[in-house]
Amino acid sequence: MRLESKTPEGPLAEQWTKHKFNLKLVNPANKRKYDIIVVGTGLAGASAAASLAELGYNVKAFCFQDSARRAHSIAAQGGINAAKNYQNDGDSVFRLFYDTIKGGDYRSRESNVYRLAEVSVNIIDQCVAQGVPFAREYGGLLANRSFGGAQVSRTFYARGQTGQQLLLGAYSAMSRQVANGKVKMYPRTEMLDLVIVEGKARGVVVRNLLTGEIESHSAHAVVLATGGYGNVYFLSTNAMGCNATAAWRAHKKGALFSNPCYTQIHPTCIPVSGEYQSKLTLMSESLRNDGRVWVPKQKGDKRSPQQIPEQERDYYLERKYPSFGNLVPRDVASRNAKAVCDEGRGVGETGLAVYLDFADAIKRDGMETISAKYGNLFEMYEKITGYNPYETPMMIYPAVHYTMGGLWVDYNLMTTIPGLYALGECNFSDHGANRLGASALMQGLADGYFVIPYTIGDYLAGMPYNKIPTSHEAFKKVEEEVRTRLKKIISIDGSQTVDQIHKKLGRIMWDKCGMSRTAEGLKQAREEVKKVKDEFWHDVKVIGTDEELNQTLEKASRVADFIELGSLMIEDALHRNESCGGHFREEYQTPEGEAKRDDENFSYVAAWEYKGEGLPETLHKEQLVFENVKLTQRSYK
Amino acid sequence: MNVTLKIWRQKNATDKGRFETYEMKDINTHMSFLELIDVLNEKLEMEGKEPIHFDHDCREGICGSCAMYINGRPHGPMKGTTACQLHMRHFKDGELITVEPWRARAFPVIKDLMVDRSAFDRIIQAGGYISVNTGGVPDANEIPVSKEVADEAFNAATCIGCGACVAACKNASAMLFVSAKISQLALLPQGQVERQRRADKMIAQMDAEGFGACTNTQACSAECPKEIDMVNIARLNWEFVKAKMHSKAIEVDE
Ligand SMILES: Cc1cc2nc3c(=O)[nH]c(=O)nc-3n(C[C@H](O)[C@H](O)[C@H](O)COP(=O)(O)OP(=O)(O)OC[C@H]3O[C@@H](n4cnc5c(N)ncnc54)[C@H](O)[C@@H]3O)c2cc1C
Ligand code: SF4
Ligand code: FES
Repeated sequence: MRLESKTPEGPLAEQWTKHKFNLKLVNPANKRKYDIIVVGTGLAGASAAASLAELGYNVKAFCFQDSARRAHSIAAQGGINAAKNYQNDGDSVFRLFYDTIKGGDYRSRESNVYRLAEVSVNIIDQCVAQGVPFAREYGGLLANRSFGGAQVSRTFYARGQTGQQLLLGAYSAMSRQVANGKVKMYPRTEMLDLVIVEGKARGVVVRNLLTGEIESHSAHAVVLATGGYGNVYFLSTNAMGCNATAAWRAHKKGALFSNPCYTQIHPTCIPVSGEYQSKLTLMSESLRNDGRVWVPKQKGDKRSPQQIPEQERDYYLERKYPSFGNLVPRDVASRNAKAVCDEGRGVGETGLAVYLDFADAIKRDGMETISAKYGNLFEMYEKITGYNPYETPMMIYPAVHYTMGGLWVDYNLMTTIPGLYALGECNFSDHGANRLGASALMQGLADGYFVIPYTIGDYLAGMPYNKIPTSHEAFKKVEEEVRTRLKKIISIDGSQTVDQIHKKLGRIMWDKCGMSRTAEGLKQAREEVKKVKDEFWHDVKVIGTDEELNQTLEKASRVADFIELGSLMIEDALHRNESCGGHFREEYQTPEGEAKRDDENFSYVAAWEYKGEGLPETLHKEQLVFENVKLTQRSYK
Repeated sequence: MNVTLKIWRQKNATDKGRFETYEMKDINTHMSFLELIDVLNEKLEMEGKEPIHFDHDCREGICGSCAMYINGRPHGPMKGTTACQLHMRHFKDGELITVEPWRARAFPVIKDLMVDRSAFDRIIQAGGYISVNTGGVPDANEIPVSKEVADEAFNAATCIGCGACVAACKNASAMLFVSAKISQLALLPQGQVERQRRADKMIAQMDAEGFGACTNTQACSAECPKEIDMVNIARLNWEFVKAKMHSKAIEVDE
């Protein structure tokens, strides 16, 4: 299989404009003859569904929550990047492009990233026009804050609820199209497989979560915007329902899966407190603008933070990275937290935490300023932990947060299956081996508002209008497969709950395919995950039937996919004999302990092809070419 | 700590439903209320019994999925807190805790603690937006908004659509939810053009969904996890009056 990225020729800054001109168009009157399925209503899906419907296409949109407004994007806190240069601090499309490529440790495609930076400015305009209440200065213009991995202030925000406000904007645009009859919304409906007819994606098989019924939907193209797979680890900052099922089933039907091992561990999360823990809570990275990260210099120092005098504290990020200080990118901050805890200098009951201290900021700017910036985050912290961060430093520890890997897509965001597109976190496209803060929201909305509306036309223009009825044998066959699989899960009636098995998987992945990895550990993990898979298919216990509302069955079906994806993550991590971004292999590090890339041998996108049950997947490579940036050892010193 | 849970169990929309009691022993006080239900569900599953169904997703108080009365109060006893953000340290050892689904005509029970809140989506579809298409909008900084107005609009916009306001109201009115959206958009310059039409349509939809009338008891705002202010309802009433005056004017014109 040849991977054709369809990257346009010519100078970077002109590629997207030229490409848009070269894309085929569908005449406005003909758009209504095409049906498009959009799975997922987060930022990527809702913005795509709204924009495609506005153009005149018939859209069917799906989500598993009870309302489109509850997609996981709602939880994003910190902000969204855009190269507006409103602050006059030297930002530009090229700088945002450059920061993103560098932040991604030179493992992303130049053309895609440049386009992302280019359309970022339109996103802010769009959101403001919709009524998104971004933070403002007293003069009435938009305010910005800075985020990790950048030295300019380009992040737009709505207090600590940016994702919520952006999603409600996209949701309302989509709701308007529901009222117009151009979007048909299917909440509480989960896509369980993709239907391919004559080599093209032509529909999906879904489960109505309220009744358990298996149903088919047919269309001319299918867009997946189903989010990331961080819940492979059981504990992550993702919402409980986030899953890989749609992307994974598409993968098993032929869509290549890229860079699965690139996972982002977020440095500022509330530490784990017990076995019952169901998820981890992120404390926005924007806190690192004013909070100072430290641990005691002394190993095993059990004094309370207030009792530890200034000279006995180690502000290790400021010490090691004087120019970026507490604002180093996420992977660097996380690894350093792990390193000091491994040295025995971690704090809190478990020793798996570091301090994030606001005392100096409060002294400098006053309580009121700090509370205006972070009030809701401080409140959230206090609610969860019972401690007041105005008085005592926060305790934080890294947690799984985001997955850079995902379905391979070309410049048009099409997967290797014709007519199947992937948008937002579920594709691999823009963040390389590490995503910068505030860039996922940007990517989701860029894909949905400004890329897919153009690129999908190019594909549809070449498609006949004819609809394939869901009585077609291809649909019936997939429906049958889906039913059989669910019945199989129910019939096992073993002795372990779904969560018990999921926790086992999560533990293995966190220990051996998490913040740092070794070939030896990964080889062990490979065997252990095989065992977990076996346990699942022989010993899982799911109460109830598949023909009714059954939340345990929903979970079980997702966990079965997580297990398979976990195996692929391990293979990918094992094959990539270098360290880059979120993938840190202990064997490959500089003398100072920084990630050591191997550009000569690994400057490519790994794209895995499913070969069948129990068979090893085949690796394809898309070579990355850098013409506009020089590859350097990332340095934040 | 130990607690006793008395939870509403209802197989489906037509089942009559009843309370069942569960003893929970040795609970870690750092646990959240939903994690307590997780622990109970694990136990039920191991015993071959059906777990308790409930909506939840983010567990960070922002998605608005979780919804239940805890000891008779929507989202439980803590002010400004969703059920998922409520921790066991706020309960007493040995306490009896009663858990029920939202009770409102417009929110029919689906199963156990799950209810159907799609009426909220339909209210937004009726007009909870500014009608702009993607592309072709002015530069963001061409629409200055004073910080005070932006902050007020933001406060209204923080509604998570959980339905606690309806659940708290003896009339099951949705006024707080509807008014929050209408206020957000009416406060902003971008929202002016459709201001009256929007209020008219959203209120009509609210009535059509079977929500009750607002008699200003203020229970909604007191129980709202995002502490959405009553002032929004006052604004909505004003918008509504204006909408009525406006639509009369149009009728005359036509
Ligand atoms: C706590 C937290 C804070 C964050 N903060 C920031 C931030 O400040 N800035 C930033 O840029 N990024 C942030 N991120 C990352 C960012 O929020 C996500 O990457 C982004 O929102 C993903 O959007 P999405 O549209 O791709 O997917 P999602 O928002 O995850 O939406 C997925 C959609 O797919 C649906 N779905 C999934 N599977 C199926 C299926 N099988 N069938 C039917 N429907 C399905 C879901 O119902 C949902 O509607 C944060 C992430 C977390 C976890
Ligand atoms: S107004 Fe408050 S209680 Fe009502 S839906 Fe919104 S957040 Fe929930
Ligand atoms: S689970 Fe999201 S608000 Fe409670």
